[in-house]
Amino acid sequence: MKITRTEVEHVSRLARLALSAEELDSLTGEMDAILGYVEQLATLDTEGIVPTAHAVPMENAFRPDEVKVGFTAEQALSNAPDAAESAFRVGRIIE
Amino acid sequence: MSQSYETVIGLEVHVQLTTNTKIFCGCSKDFGQTPNSQTCPVCLGLPGALPVLNQQVVELAIKTGLATNCQIAPRSIFARKNYFYPDLPKGYQISQFELPICEHGWLDIDLENGERKRIGITRAHMEEDAGKLIHGDTPQTAGNSLVDLNRACTPLLEIVSEPDMRSADEAIDYLKKLHQIVVYLGVCDGNLEEGSFRCDANVSVRPYDQEEFGTRAEVKNINSFRFIKQAIEYEVERQIDLIEGGGKVVQETRLFDSDTGMTRSMRGKEDAHDYRYFPDPDLVPLVISPEWIEKVRATLPELPEVKRGRFVEELGMSDYDAGVLASDRALADYFDACVALGSDAKSCANWIMGEILRKLKETDTEITDVPITPELLTGLLARIADNTISGKIAKTVFEKMWQNGQSADQIIDAEGLKQVTDSGAIEALVDEVVAANPDQVAEYLGGKDKLIGFFVGKVMQASQGKANPGMVNQLLKKKLTGN
Repeated sequence: MKITRTEVEHVSRLARLALSAEELDSLTGEMDAILGYVEQLATLDTEGIVPTAHAVPMENAFRPDEVKVGFTAEQALSNAPDAAESAFRVGRIIE
Repeated sequence: MSQSYETVIGLEVHVQLTTNTKIFCGCSKDFGQTPNSQTCPVCLGLPGALPVLNQQVVELAIKTGLATNCQIAPRSIFARKNYFYPDLPKGYQISQFELPICEHGWLDIDLENGERKRIGITRAHMEEDAGKLIHGDTPQTAGNSLVDLNRACTPLLEIVSEPDMRSADEAIDYLKKLHQIVVYLGVCDGNLEEGSFRCDANVSVRPYDQEEFGTRAEVKNINSFRFIKQAIEYEVERQIDLIEGGGKVVQETRLFDSDTGMTRSMRGKEDAHDYRYFPDPDLVPLVISPEWIEKVRATLPELPEVKRGRFVEELGMSDYDAGVLASDRALADYFDACVALGSDAKSCANWIMGEILRKLKETDTEITDVPITPELLTGLLARIADNTISGKIAKTVFEKMWQNGQSADQIIDAEGLKQVTDSGAIEALVDEVVAANPDQVAEYLGGKDKLIGFFVGKVMQASQGKANPGMVNQLLKKKLTGN
């Protein structure tokens, strides 16, 4: 097994996904198969190769520090399921 | 009982960088605007939007790294820090993890006993800020939280210290020093209340004979130097009480409540530290050449510590005076400008730390907006030095100057404040005063020497403060004793 049901449960909680027992079972099987497939990469000899942070051989893509007009508050909120007082309205978050 | 425990503190400081725009998009980052009016697809985390790094953020990060004795990484990358919270629209924060831009720095702090202590800086990395959550309190919003994403994607430099501090006071010394440097560099406006300079403290205690660190708690939500001290002191006491009572410190995040002066545990922290970092495929690696570093190094201003040393060594100032003047870059620049114009360093320092600072405070003015320019102050000091006016009259001239911005000479002429140094004129006033106060003269001659002050006061009054006090003194003594 590349991944256990407990790990899948933990990751689903991190991702805020409420999964049923059946879903956890089937996902554990699917994720295990995916990880097993990717595992083939581990057979390659990567000795002396710098870990790849990016697939495109490119560096230093910059933007000048100049203000660009973006959205108005109305535009920003136009797709929000709920809004009030120029803000996205969500359930109360208590710290 | 706290004598048998040692406090260990490490600090994480979030410095908001003074760019015009956000770190990965061109939105303005002005504070206090209408919620969500400074947003775009990138900082709202809309699907398909791509971040592009603001070059100025890199410049400011290098600058800060150099000023805090860090090594600048020739190659660094950005990572995604994954967690779910409504103020984080993408579900991850773009930060730096295994390859930060700055590492292995340090700052020296001056301890109370006069010793110097080196505090290590583990790393400093660039990242984006989250949005802001407002807890609704109007009929329309009660029971809800409101999300404002204006602050989302604002550039931060997180500066992480080694656990090198051993008391709340040391922690405050380090923070003040770091604060002074970032403000001096102009990389941060230093406003604690608006959250431009935020501090999280990692606090633990251990018995003195124990080698390994105790379990630490991370205290968040502290927005003034005073509160940081309070929060650390409370936390130290809480942990010692816990251990003494047979309990155990749990590794957790705690919030400081400035109303009660206490820290309390944050709810739902069990998964808080499982961030599943991985390199952000939306951003290419950052490569910084030695040439780039040297170019930035050339723009570094003289730092407070160096400035202070120069004031002491080159201008012969006391360590205290030098420290006050060097503490604020604008104030130090003002002082330097006066000295460059020919002001005497010592009297100039006295006037700046006395009258100028008092007046700035009274009128709630910043030194950068002071109506008395270095030229004007230098002109005033010159008139005191050449005895045109006394130190007392100089204060009157100073007040006028503050109001109308005229030169000392203009004010002295217009108001007729020129000091009387004509001995004939002073002598006439002395004669008048002596003749008008026969009783006091008799007493003085009878041995009551202190009365000299009375006569000087009378003569100064008669001259409307313009007589040269030294000459008045001399002439009076001569007249009264007849030699």
